[in-house]
Amino acid sequence: MKYVLMFVETEQFARDLEAMGEAEREAAYAAVGRWFAEHADKITHHTHLYPVHTATTVRLDGGEPVVTDGPFVEGKEVVSGFAEVEVADLDEALVLARSWPACPIVEIRPAS
Amino acid sequence: MDEGRGVDEAATREVLARVVREHAGRLAASLVSLLGDFSAAEDLVQDAVETALKRWPVEGIPDRPDAWLLVVARRRGLDVLRRESTYRAKLTQLTWPVPAEPDDRLRLVFTCCHPALSRPAQIALTLRVVCGLSTAQIAAAFLVPETTVAQRITRAKKKIAEAGIPYRIPAGGELPERLGEVLAVVYLLFNEGYLSSTAERAQARDLVDDAEWLAALLVGLLPGEPEAAGLLALIRLHRARGAARFDDAGRLVLLADQDRTRWDRAAIGEAIALLTRTARTHRRPGPYQLQAAIVACHAEAESFAATDWRQIVVLYDLLLGLAPSPVTRLHRAVALRYAVGPEAALAELEELGGALERYPLFHATRAELLRDLGRGAEARTSDARALELTANPAQQALLEERLRWD
Repeated sequence: MKYVLMFVETEQFARDLEAMGEAEREAAYAAVGRWFAEHADKITHHTHLYPVHTATTVRLDGGEPVVTDGPFVEGKEVVSGFAEVEVADLDEALVLARSWPACPIVEIRPAS
Repeated sequence: MDEGRGVDEAATREVLARVVREHAGRLAASLVSLLGDFSAAEDLVQDAVETALKRWPVEGIPDRPDAWLLVVARRRGLDVLRRESTYRAKLTQLTWPVPAEPDDRLRLVFTCCHPALSRPAQIALTLRVVCGLSTAQIAAAFLVPETTVAQRITRAKKKIAEAGIPYRIPAGGELPERLGEVLAVVYLLFNEGYLSSTAERAQARDLVDDAEWLAALLVGLLPGEPEAAGLLALIRLHRARGAARFDDAGRLVLLADQDRTRWDRAAIGEAIALLTRTARTHRRPGPYQLQAAIVACHAEAESFAATDWRQIVVLYDLLLGLAPSPVTRLHRAVALRYAVGPEAALAELEELGGALERYPLFHATRAELLRDLGRGAEARTSDARALELTANPAQQALLEERLRWD
């Protein structure tokens, strides 16, 4: 089955990352790199998103499309990336999510 | 006459529940394996169970209830799954007796109690799929509308299918955590049945039966897991003292005031033997084994005064080491009251005020300790707060009486 793992950052996580020294931050990125390498056979696609301050939102539910600065929902938790995986079932997707070494929340959705 | 018929009906209901419980889950397990479709298989079993609940009380329970259920489920399947030709082909191969396979109900249990399902959904699914309760029976036991239960089950089955929740026993490394989830469901079920049971609400006892039956099933299917046996012993120790929990008027009787001659000493002995055997074989204590050991201390005591409170405090310390919780600390404080004194217990309690502000038993216990220390006015305030917070009629009656006495 195909699932998308959504990686969700919290404000605290962003602050912690900010506060890290050079070496520490490099180690954190290296851990993420290892995770992707380890599970390369299951990951079919992945995307890293730029921070929310770069987001632009278009609303189409009024008469004319309205373009605004910022994400569609202001929140303390923001999606920072996706990985599309191909595994047998939810349990296998859960094994992947549990071993994720970076941001503190991962949402799993079946996808087609 | 009427009363006699009432007893008969209750007895019939109990036999029906037992027979259905013994067979519905097995049939569901084989049908899920056969069809590879949890939801479709479950629908067929539920259909057969509902037919049985209508017909067996009139026609009598068949000699081979499992064969009867299977035939009805298969006929129904061939009827409703007309379009799914692969299902039909599979169903026509299904004959009784089903070839003896290792008990598949364990897979069923782990699917129903998958952590990706909400707790209410896990409970409703387990009752319906593993124990064979009808939606109406579940609704009655939890005092919620039938549509709520039906919706919960439909949604859960949809999630199982769409989110790809597997039908399998978790692998070695995952097992402890997943078993914890299953045991939590059984324990909640037991608590719901046990705490809500009153003299008038006799049908709530079904849940206690179901919880004990589930725990026993898990012990049988997972002989290497001591916590399952711990939970079974815990449930049996509570049930063995059930007869003394209410007085003739249906009012809750506190442990200190219970008539201990009404305790089932044989059942207590058996449960303690199970607990001891489990502890010796596995030497892996866990929260359920420790809770059972604490209840065993109470159950073994000849009188309230003869209770080994020091041992109970030690067991609570071990329990807190494994599973820290403010409610457990509250119980430990109660034991401390008798092992050391009310002052020590109250000091413990005062640290818990923040965490347990909305917990009625916290205020009720605090009231008792304050009363012990001669602080009557403060005790009344705490009792009143406890009364405000509890929804349980038996607990309410007890607290109201206490406020009247003062």
